[in-house]
Amino acid sequence: MKSEVLIEARNLTKKYGDLVAVNDIDFEVSKGECCGFLGPNGAGKTTTIKMIHCISPLTTGKLTVAGMSVTDKPREIKKMIGVAPQENNLDPDFTVLNNLLVYARYFDMPKQEAVKRSQELLRFFQLEEKASVVIDQLSTGMKRRLLLARALINEPQILLLDEPTTGLDPQARHLIWDKVRDLRKSGVTIILTTHYMDEATELCDRTLIMDNGKIIEEGSPSALIQKHIGEEVLEVDNDENTLKAFKEKLPDARIEILGDRVRVFTDRPHGVFERFLEDSPAKGASIRKANLEDVFLKLTGRGLRE
Amino acid sequence: MTKSNQTSLGFKLPELTYRLWKVWRRNFDVFMKTYKVNFVPPLLEPILYLLAMGFGLGSLISSSSSSIGGVSYIQFIAPALVSIAMMYGSFFECTYGSFVRMYYQKTFDGIIATPVSVEEVIAGEILWGATRAVINCGIVLAVVAAFGLVSSPLAILVLVLAFLVGLMFSSLAICFTAVAPNIDFFNYPGFLFITPMFLLSGTFFPLTVLPLAGQVVAQAFLPLTHAVSLTRALILGQLNTTLLLNLAWILVVTIVFFIISINLMKKRLIT
Repeated sequence: MKSEVLIEARNLTKKYGDLVAVNDIDFEVSKGECCGFLGPNGAGKTTTIKMIHCISPLTTGKLTVAGMSVTDKPREIKKMIGVAPQENNLDPDFTVLNNLLVYARYFDMPKQEAVKRSQELLRFFQLEEKASVVIDQLSTGMKRRLLLARALINEPQILLLDEPTTGLDPQARHLIWDKVRDLRKSGVTIILTTHYMDEATELCDRTLIMDNGKIIEEGSPSALIQKHIGEEVLEVDNDENTLKAFKEKLPDARIEILGDRVRVFTDRPHGVFERFLEDSPAKGASIRKANLEDVFLKLTGRGLRE
Repeated sequence: MTKSNQTSLGFKLPELTYRLWKVWRRNFDVFMKTYKVNFVPPLLEPILYLLAMGFGLGSLISSSSSSIGGVSYIQFIAPALVSIAMMYGSFFECTYGSFVRMYYQKTFDGIIATPVSVEEVIAGEILWGATRAVINCGIVLAVVAAFGLVSSPLAILVLVLAFLVGLMFSSLAICFTAVAPNIDFFNYPGFLFITPMFLLSGTFFPLTVLPLAGQVVAQAFLPLTHAVSLTRALILGQLNTTLLLNLAWILVVTIVFFIISINLMKKRLIT
């Protein structure tokens, strides 16, 4: 089932002087989809998000939202988008409730409707009792929830979330995940960037992995895991005999040595590691399910980016 | 096929809609939250100057010579204090105030994610700066009137003038804000531009006292000179045709720097 394409990029490029932040990428986002942009720092995720909501002009290429070019119709596009940026830009001169009301005004929302909508959003994000508190007195998690609430003030069709849970405790993270899932169910198209692979697995129908301004892989989290890693990963202590045993019994396995631990990946079906361990027991062995982080590290490498 | 969209970053006339008032309104709302505090400095400062310079210094001056252009020293400096209020109100709002909103609070980033454009954000800031000029000028004008130093009903037009002068200083201020690497940078325009103007724009002594070169510089390059001439004429009710030149100077500089300031800010904010 192919649904309606809402965002479409063709040969999209963004340069800052000599630096190519986004390098000739193509992608599509369908209506109602939750699409995750993953990538190391400097991969071009935030730049892509900024181009979608029309605050960073493209260098070359084409980018349309609901059929409208971001270069020609920024106001129309911004009306239908809600953005929760990476960096908190709530207005510290106002209280929680007034942050929403002042923001609603930028969207030409009538006062009465703005009040009603703000109260609904504060309830939805469990911020009702903080309505008259100034921003400085909120915790990081509350600020993030308020940023999300503010992003929804104009009832957007598209929600852009740039690292929505970075720096939050697990409770706050799960609350935000719940809310994002609710929004996805209600039909909002969501684009999110994240460094947390569990977050992408939890929330995204599809992920695009970016590196050095390019999209290097895309697909659903489970398809990517299946394609690049397989079902399971074996981790054992780094030991010469064990390594030798791998070479003999699992010659096609990919082996990654990380200090005193070894990770083993294979395309073979479930059960292969159990059988291997029965024949040649290894110290500190544990078998776990393959995850998106394995895919990410395989594709983008282990080198630090900054 | 690749089409360059870089033209959107070129120098051009700003496209503005009614939305700029929403930015103005945001600043107005913040101001009104603390209006009592905001009214204190513009109220106290002119009283101090009038007492110290008008009565103190002025008593020495009028005992040695008679008067300046037919008015006492305190009558001479009172309109200057009104003009200075216009300058301070707008210039500091659009340097320190705008910089805090832009750099520390990221308020502009928040607003441009909505249908309000960058141009409208900056135009809204400039209009708000002009409004601060009117507010501060109004307070000082009231003080000056209370001291009995207003001699013409034309003085009410000073409030209209304040808006125009405020637009001019706000536009100039935004140019500095657009290039400021940090907030301490504003010490430079403060000491090199505002303070010399405060002293040398026909404020506390007539320009004719200066050597010719000084007079020319003050007329050609110091915006406050023109604001002071106009304010003084309206408050004292002494109109003449050269005032039209003062007005034209302000209008031209305002329009030019309004356009430059918006373009400089776009360059800073849109990357």
